[in-house]
Amino acid sequence: MNFDFSDDQKQLRDQARKFLTEKCSPKAVRVVLDGKAPYDKELWKGLAEMGFLGVAIPEEFGGAGAGHLELCVIAEEMGRANAPVPFSSTVYLAAEALLIAGSDAQKKKWLPAIASGEAIGTLALFEGKGNPAPNNVKLTAANGVLTGVKKPVPDGAIADFAVVAARIGSSGRDSDISLFLVDLKAGGVEVKSLTNLDPTRGQAEITFKDCKAEPLGAAGEGWSILTQVLDRAAVLCAFEQVGGSDRALEMGRDYALDRIAFGRQIGSFQAVKHMLADMYVSATLARSNSYYGAWALSTNAAELPEAAAAARISATQAFQHCAKNNIQVHGGMGFTWEFDCHMYYRRANAMALGLGSLSYWEDQLIDRMRKKNAA
Amino acid sequence: MGPGSAAHRFALRRVRGTREESSKMNFDDTPQEAAFRATARQWVDANAPKELHVELSKSSLGRIRLAKQDIVEVGKAWQKKKFEGNWACLHWPKEYGGRGATPIEKVIWQQEEGVYGKLTQPFQIGEGMCGPTVMAFGSEDAKRRYLPKLASGEEIWCQLFSEPSAGSDVAGLRTRAEKKGDNWVVNGQKIWTSGAHYSDYGLLIARTDPNVPKHKGLTMFFLDMKSSGVEVRPIRQANGMQEFNEVYFTDVVIPDSQRLGAVGEGWSVSLTTLMNERMSIGSRLATGVPEMFEFCSNLMLEDGLAIDDPAVRSRLASWAAKSSGLKYTSYRTISALSKGERPGPENSIGKLVSGMMLQDIATYAMDLQGAAGVLTGNDEETVQGQFQQMLLSSPSMRIAGGTDEILRNIIAERVLGLPGDIRVDKDVPYNKIPTKGR
Repeated sequence: MNFDFSDDQKQLRDQARKFLTEKCSPKAVRVVLDGKAPYDKELWKGLAEMGFLGVAIPEEFGGAGAGHLELCVIAEEMGRANAPVPFSSTVYLAAEALLIAGSDAQKKKWLPAIASGEAIGTLALFEGKGNPAPNNVKLTAANGVLTGVKKPVPDGAIADFAVVAARIGSSGRDSDISLFLVDLKAGGVEVKSLTNLDPTRGQAEITFKDCKAEPLGAAGEGWSILTQVLDRAAVLCAFEQVGGSDRALEMGRDYALDRIAFGRQIGSFQAVKHMLADMYVSATLARSNSYYGAWALSTNAAELPEAAAAARISATQAFQHCAKNNIQVHGGMGFTWEFDCHMYYRRANAMALGLGSLSYWEDQLIDRMRKKNAA
Repeated sequence: MGPGSAAHRFALRRVRGTREESSKMNFDDTPQEAAFRATARQWVDANAPKELHVELSKSSLGRIRLAKQDIVEVGKAWQKKKFEGNWACLHWPKEYGGRGATPIEKVIWQQEEGVYGKLTQPFQIGEGMCGPTVMAFGSEDAKRRYLPKLASGEEIWCQLFSEPSAGSDVAGLRTRAEKKGDNWVVNGQKIWTSGAHYSDYGLLIARTDPNVPKHKGLTMFFLDMKSSGVEVRPIRQANGMQEFNEVYFTDVVIPDSQRLGAVGEGWSVSLTTLMNERMSIGSRLATGVPEMFEFCSNLMLEDGLAIDDPAVRSRLASWAAKSSGLKYTSYRTISALSKGERPGPENSIGKLVSGMMLQDIATYAMDLQGAAGVLTGNDEETVQGQFQQMLLSSPSMRIAGGTDEILRNIIAERVLGLPGDIRVDKDVPYNKIPTKGR
């Protein structure tokens, strides 16, 4: 049994950590948090140069041609650093959708541009409230033209292209949905930035008005492709959440060791110790579930849907738990803008909704477990 | 720095270098592990008491009970067979009755032994705690005399640590051992002793010097449970069952040759014992999740199956994710063992998570049964009362073998590096420590 990352993968993780510690300090994150830049362009460029943007993209499409396990270790570091770049929308959503369903020409056009940092991509799925479901897709596609409004679209205001979920029929079946590729710089779209919980990752509203689009994947296959994309992204996001959980736990632990109250380190009070111990428990469960997700993702196993849902639930809960209790350990200082605790609190709660809410994924897990039990 | 720069090339080479098959995660055995597993499987298949398979498979929670046979008798027979086949206490050295197996081989054995491993319950304290302590501190004669018989199941051992006033704070124990010539004379009381009523020997920690601080005045012994002055009384537990005992000592004589470690060194000896308790890696703890999933899949509520109810699904999914988190946490540990590495601290979360989960699941299952949930009979409405039984038994899961609070302290102090609790009695002679709160 080898249920761990290899030494090379661990070295890659160390390298990513070193790079991000240098290039993505909390001070750098704050530039985006304070609205002084839509994302950290320098960091994005650096990530491209390091080969991190194209780590799971095959060499023939300009990537490093490594694999998803390598992407997982980088994702963990991106979460730990709270990186203010469109990594998840471009790499987990857009690139994965292209890898699953793109034609050779589409892959040739966009994947090298992603790997080199020239193109930012995203997935335009949601239309206001609601979770991923065919019925929630109202935007229509007819004769290669899209009409409708998507929001929130992650990193929509800075994206160069989007994978768009559109309705092509009204039979009530999954086959009513197709995916399209849209060059957002080509006209027919109106993009508006939206304020959101986590300003270090933008959200936008995109209005498609007679917008020309090319199909991504076969007509009517949109929902099945999306399901695969969301499962893969769930595992990759889980690693970001695990990285964030660990960092929040560390911040809380360090503060508990430094801060003196009632004449003692506050970390010597059981109320504080036990809170931190429980954070460790959540983070450990999330890490182990995520490793299983990584195994399923990297081997393209039939277990991926169930593993992805478990990782998603566990990592969402862990990051929310660690981020909120990190503030609690810090006391009043944790509630200031000046301390970094709220950046993780914001990220944790924004990430909890990004691919569909916790209850959506709980639903998915039960459905998938039942399917397995029935088989 | 740009594409083509040194850092860039280094990163990509590093990334590309990882593409060999060996870097892939997998759940496969190595060739040696596979060979070992095949041997173990063959032996279990040829020797296990298969007539008990169904019954053992069903009783997943709590203590094992067999309808027609005494678990200790059946267990002894299985243990003896294992011993003869060289499968008992297999991580022990050969000269003391083991097989000299590696930790990963022990895990593989447990997987292959499967439900029959439940039959070894009466021997687990001996194998996991008493045996290793004798091995570490006993004389060569004692090791050769006692360990093989422990391994073969011929003699059962129990552990005599906890006392009515010394549970989590076990170093505060009161049982006295006084030196009289070449012997020690013991007076006092132990509690929560599993299996004392069928045990042949016991590992006993007692106070030999009350004039020094509590950790410094303890000494470890082992004794014949049939010694004169030893009285075992079963405890009637909160769940109505009797699985543990109180053990009373009245002028019990123990020869000095049965002392383990130096006089006054009992606390550090006991740490060896307890360390071994926490090393029980392969054994997965019950969480109640499979039972709950099955229950919800079959339970009809007013608007349909429970498993179709959004509130039920949400809770069930959270528990299922926790349970799979525990499963893959133990896989991470096993993976480290398989590579010959020292496992990380992650396995320390197991009992803390599963104990609470068991209790929560039982409570919720009964809630779903509505008014009938109060009934504890073996009827169909309450699924043979299994969750009611779980509810009543689960508090012990959160106490025995380290309370939830002690486990959180251990994680906080040993894993996260937080300060130890302030111990006001640390430097106070034992006989000056207050014994009443008010």
